[in-house]
Amino acid sequence: MSSGSSTLSAERISAARSSPNQRAWRRFLRSKPVIISGIFLLVLLTLVFLWPLISTYKPDATTDAQFKPPTSTHWFGTDVHGRDLLSRTFYGARISLLVGAVGAMVSLLIGVTWGAVAGYVGGRTDNAMMRAVDILYALPSIIFVIVLKSAFEKDLKTFLGHHFSIITASYASMVFLFIGLGAVSWLTMARIVRGQVLSLRSRNFVEASKALGASHTRILFKHILPNIYGIIIVYLTLTVPAIILYESFLSYLGLGVQPPQASWGSLIAEGTQQINSIRIYWWLIVFPGAMLATTLLALNFLGDGLRDAFDPRSDSRK
Amino acid sequence: MSQITLKSNATTRVTTTRSYDNLNRLRSIRSSASVSPVASFNYIDRDANQPLRVDLADGSFWIYEYGGRVSSRKRWSEVFFGIRILTSFRISQCALTMVLWLTFFLLVGCSRSEPKADLVIINGAEPGTLDPALVTVQADSRIVRALFEGLTRLDPKTANAIPGLAQRWEISPDGINYTFYLRTNAVWSTGEPITAADVVYSWRRVLDPITGSEYAGQLFFIKNAEDFSSGKIKDPAQVGVKAIDARTLQVELVSPTPFFVDLCAFQTLAVVPRQTIEKFGDRWLMATPLPTSGAYTLEFWHLLDKIRVRKNPRHWDAANIQNNLVDFLPSESAMTAMNLYQAGQADILWDKNLIPADLMDVLGQRPDCHRYNYLGTFFMRFNILKKPFDDVRVRKALAMTIDRKRIVERITRSGEEPATHFVPGGMSIYTSPPGYGYDPETARKLLAEAGFPNGKNFPPFQYLFKAGETDKQIAVELQAMWREQLGIPMEIRQAESKVYYTSLHDMDYDVGRSSWIGDYNDPNTFLDMFMSNNGNNYTGWKNAKYDELVREGNRQMDPKKREKILQQAETLLIHDDLPITPIYFYAGVLFYRTNEVEGIHYNLLDEHPIFAIKKLKRKT
Amino acid sequence: MFPVLLIVSSIGFVLIRSMPGGPFDSERKPASAEIERNLKAKFHLDEPLWKQYLRYLGVTGDASGLIRGDLGPSLKYRNHTVNDILKQCLPVSMTLGAMSFCFAMFTGIPLGCYMALRRGQWGDHLGGFIAMLSFCVPNIVIAPLLILWLAVKLHLLPVALWGSPSQMILPTIVLGLYFSGRIARLMREGLSTTLHSEFVTTARAKGVSETAILWKHAFRLGILPVVSYSGPLLADLLTGSFVVENIFQIPGIGVFFINSIFNRDHTMTVGLVLVYAALLLILNMLVDLSYSLLDRRVRYE
Repeated sequence: MSSGSSTLSAERISAARSSPNQRAWRRFLRSKPVIISGIFLLVLLTLVFLWPLISTYKPDATTDAQFKPPTSTHWFGTDVHGRDLLSRTFYGARISLLVGAVGAMVSLLIGVTWGAVAGYVGGRTDNAMMRAVDILYALPSIIFVIVLKSAFEKDLKTFLGHHFSIITASYASMVFLFIGLGAVSWLTMARIVRGQVLSLRSRNFVEASKALGASHTRILFKHILPNIYGIIIVYLTLTVPAIILYESFLSYLGLGVQPPQASWGSLIAEGTQQINSIRIYWWLIVFPGAMLATTLLALNFLGDGLRDAFDPRSDSRK
Repeated sequence: MSQITLKSNATTRVTTTRSYDNLNRLRSIRSSASVSPVASFNYIDRDANQPLRVDLADGSFWIYEYGGRVSSRKRWSEVFFGIRILTSFRISQCALTMVLWLTFFLLVGCSRSEPKADLVIINGAEPGTLDPALVTVQADSRIVRALFEGLTRLDPKTANAIPGLAQRWEISPDGINYTFYLRTNAVWSTGEPITAADVVYSWRRVLDPITGSEYAGQLFFIKNAEDFSSGKIKDPAQVGVKAIDARTLQVELVSPTPFFVDLCAFQTLAVVPRQTIEKFGDRWLMATPLPTSGAYTLEFWHLLDKIRVRKNPRHWDAANIQNNLVDFLPSESAMTAMNLYQAGQADILWDKNLIPADLMDVLGQRPDCHRYNYLGTFFMRFNILKKPFDDVRVRKALAMTIDRKRIVERITRSGEEPATHFVPGGMSIYTSPPGYGYDPETARKLLAEAGFPNGKNFPPFQYLFKAGETDKQIAVELQAMWREQLGIPMEIRQAESKVYYTSLHDMDYDVGRSSWIGDYNDPNTFLDMFMSNNGNNYTGWKNAKYDELVREGNRQMDPKKREKILQQAETLLIHDDLPITPIYFYAGVLFYRTNEVEGIHYNLLDEHPIFAIKKLKRKT
Repeated sequence: MFPVLLIVSSIGFVLIRSMPGGPFDSERKPASAEIERNLKAKFHLDEPLWKQYLRYLGVTGDASGLIRGDLGPSLKYRNHTVNDILKQCLPVSMTLGAMSFCFAMFTGIPLGCYMALRRGQWGDHLGGFIAMLSFCVPNIVIAPLLILWLAVKLHLLPVALWGSPSQMILPTIVLGLYFSGRIARLMREGLSTTLHSEFVTTARAKGVSETAILWKHAFRLGILPVVSYSGPLLADLLTGSFVVENIFQIPGIGVFFINSIFNRDHTMTVGLVLVYAALLLILNMLVDLSYSLLDRRVRYE
C-alpha cells in the first residue's frame, strides 16, 4: 500500500471520532482563501470600530484642500468639501456593512423559513404563501422607503432626540432604509428555497424518514435544509452585495443616508460623476469602489468556504 | 387618379385608389380589402405638411407623408407573438427562441427611418405638458413658445417684447386700457385666421379654475381676472378682455402695469386653438392636425425620446424662421447630455440642470461654453414663526456667516455671482440696495445679543432642501460654516421634491433652500412674492409697509421714482427684516459651437427663441 | 391571478396615496385656492380614498377604469393617459430587457457550467472572480466606464439614445452583466450539486458517457436554481431599469417607474405596478411549469 492511502485511513479514523460539525469547522479553517478573507474582514471591522479613536480627520470637517489627490497626509485624497476620503470611507463602511448584515439576516431568517415551509407543506398553503411573496415583490420597495421615511422619520427623530442624543437621532433615517431593504431582500430567497424544497421532499431519503415516522420539523431541519445549505449560502453571498448596491442606488436617487453621513454606496454614487471624458478625479471612485469590491470578495470566499464545509455531501466528495 | 390592385390566385385582395390634384399632389388614398385580414381605411390629405397616422385593428400603424411616402411600423403584435413563443418553453428550443427574439428585436430596432433634423437641442427633462396654460418648467416653456405665440413675442437679442400676433397696440394715458390690433396675416398653422376671440378664449381658459393653470396669476393684472379665477365671479364676460371685432382686442387692467406688454409674451398668455381643445380635452396636443399659432408645428412627440417641431409655413413671419426641423431631446442625466453634445449628436445644450458643476472649471475655459447673467436668485427662507428664527438678530447672524464666495467658487463653479440682494442685477430700470456680506464677527455679536453666546443653548434646527448633488453640497458647506463660526447645530434634511414642496408650503421647516427665476424683465417679478397675501411667501413674514411700498411702486408711472420706492421695499426685505437671505445669482450656461450655430443671444430672461437659431454648414 | 392583481393594486393605491405631497405641489403654488381645489376635483383627489379606488377600478364613475383596461390619465404627463405612455414606452423596455436577459443567460450559463466542471480548480476560482466582479460593480459605475471607453475614446459605439442596433449593444451589456454573474454562480452551484448526486454516480457506473451525463441528466436539474431565479429576473428586466434608461437616455418605462413615484403620479405608479405584477405572475407560473418539466419528481397536486 502506498503512503497516500495510509494518510487517508488516518483521516478516516480521526473523522470518526469527532462530530460532523467539528469536522466541518476543521475543513472550513483549512482553506487558504477562507483564512485570508477572515483576517481581512477582522482587520476591517476592527478599523471601522476603532476609527474615531485612530483618525486625525473628522469625516465631516470641511477644509480648503478641495479635490486633493492622495498624499501622505490624505491617503485617499479629499473630496469637494476638502474632507478626508479615507475617514469617510471608514465611516461609510459602518453603514454599508450594517445594511448588508441586516439584509442577510432578514433573508436568512424570514426568507428561508417562509420558502421551506411553503415548499414542504405544499398545496394551498404553498400557493397562498407564494402569492403573498408575489404581492410584496410586485410593490416597489422604493415606495416603502419613501412612505416610511416621510411618514415616520420626523417622529422617530424627535423621539430619539429626546430620549437619546442628537447623534442617535441622525441615524433615524437609516432605520427606514433597513426596513425598506429588509422588505425586499428575503423574497427571492424564499422563492429559491421553496423551489429546492419542492424538488427534495419527494426524494427517497425524505420518503424513508417519513416512513420511519420522523416529525415534519425533523425532516425539514435535519434532512431537507442541510441539503440546500449550499444554495442558501450562495444566495446570501449574492444578497449582501445586492443590498449594499441597492443602498447606492437609493443614494443615487437621494433617498439613501442623510448627508453629511456617508456610506460606500453614497460615496460611489458621488464618485460616478468622476467618470467622464473631461477630467477625472480618480480617487473619488477608485478607493470606495475598491474597498467595496474587496470586502464583497472576502465575504464571498468566506461564504464559499462555509458552503463547502457544511454541505452534508462533502464528506463523500473528498 | 391612380389605382393599384393586389391580386393573388386571381382574387382581388386589396384595391388602392390614389387621387391627385392638378399640381400632382397626393390628395387621398382609399384602400379597400375584399379579404380579411387586410384592413380597409381611408386617408385624406389635409393640406398641411404633416404625416397622418392610420391605426389598424391589429395595433400596427401606417404613416402617410406628403408626397405619398408610406412608412409603417409594427410594434405590439410582434411583442405578443414573442410571448407566445416563450410560452412554448422547452429546453431544446430555448436557445432557438432566444435567437429568434434577438433577431426580431434587432429588426424592430432597425425599422426606424426619420429625416435628420436641422437643429438638435438637448432640452432638459421630459416635459410634463406642452399646454401653454399648464406649463411651469422653463425648459418645457421653450418648446411651448416655439409652438404657440402671444400678442407679443420676445426679441431674440434683448428678450424685450416686440410685436407678435398683434401688429401694434395703444395704451390709454392712465395706463389702464390697452387696445391690441392683430395682424391681418396671423393664421393658425391649419389656415384659419387667428381672431381676437381666440385671444379672449385663451386668456379666459387660463383664468378658469377648471383649467387648473398654476400660472394664472400672470393674468391677475387684468380687471376682475383674480375674482374670476378664485370663483368670486362666475361670468367670464366680466373679465376685462373683450374682442371688439375679429382683429381688435381691448384689455382693461386693474391698475397701471408698466410690464403688461412684456407679460403678453409670456407663454401662459399664448393663443391656443379653441376647437381642438374642446374636441380632444386633455389630450388635445396629440391631435392631428394640431393648429398652432407659433413659428412651428408639432411633428411628433415621442415620450422620453424626442419632440420634433417643423417650421410653420403659414406663420406671419415664416420668412425669418431660420430652420425647418428642430429636435428637442429630453435628458435627465448631465453626463449623458454632455456626451451626446460632445459626440456631435446635438448642437445645443442649454438646461442649467444638465451642466456638470464639478467640471465647470475646465468646461468654462472652452470656446463653446457661453456664460451670462440672467434673472435667477438662489436664496434661503427663514420660517419666522418658529423660535429662534422669529428674532431678526438670529436671522442676520446666520446670513452673515454664509461665505457666499466659497459656495460659488467651490460648489456651483459656473460663474455665479455671490448675492447680497434679492433682485438680480442687470435690469436697466432697477438697481438693488445693498444687503449683508460675510461678517462672522458681527454675526457672533448679534447671536450673543439674541441670547446665544457662542451658540450656547441654540436649539438644533434643520436646513431643508430638495435632493440634488449641488444642493447637497451647499447644505454640507452651510452646516460647516454655521458650526464653525457660530457654534450652532444645524441638521441637514434632504427631502425628495414633493416632500420638500409640501414642507415649504405648510411652513414645516426651519430654514429652507429656495430659488426664483424671473418671469419678465421687471423687479416686480421678484418683489411681489413677499407681499403678505402672496401664495408664494411661505416665510410667515407679513409687513404692511412692504406691501404698501410694492403697490405704490407699481402704480408709479415715473421710472426714476418707481425705482426709489421699490428699493425701499427691497431694503426692508434683505436688510431690515430679513425673512430671506440671498446666496447667489444663477448664471446661464449654454454649450454650442460658434462655428456651427448662430443666432443665440444672451439676455436676462435666459430665453433664446428657436426661430432665430440657425445651424451653419460645418466647414471642413 | 386576478385576486392577486386586485390586492396588489389596492395595497399600491393605499401606499402611494399615503405618501406626503400631491401631484400638483411645485415650487410655486397655483395662483388661487380655487384653482388648486378644481385641479384636485378634476382628478377626484378630493374624494375619500375608497371612492377613488372604486372609481379607479371602474366600478363606479364614468365609463373608464381598470376593468375596462383603462389605467386613467397621467397626473404628471397631463397630455397623455397611462395607456398612451405604456403603449409608447413599454415595448422599448421589453426589447432591452429581453436582450439583456438573453445576454445574461448566454454568458452566465456557460460560465457557470465551466466553473462547475472545474470545481475547486484554478478555472473555477478565476470564473468565480469574474462573476463576482460583474455583480459587485454597480451599473452606475460600469455604464459610464463603458461609455467612456467604447463610445467616447474608441468611437466604436454611440454614446446614448435608442433606435439603431448599435445603440442597443451597450445598454444590453450593462443591464445584463450584473445578472450574468449571478446566473453563473447559481448555475455553478446547481450543476455541481447535481454532478455529485447519487444518480450521476449510478449513471457513471452504468457507463454513460460524460457528455451524456452532463447534458442529458445533470444539466436539467442543475439549471433549476437559475430557472427559479429567472422568473422575477425577467419581470424585472422587461419593465425597465431606471439607471440604464436614464444614463443611455432610452425612452423606456423604467424611468417612468421611479419618476412617477417621485412625482406622485398615482395612476401611473399603480398602472406600472400592475403591469409588473401581471408579468411577474405569468413568468412565475411559467417557472413553476418548467420546474415540473425539468424535474419529473416535482408534481402538482
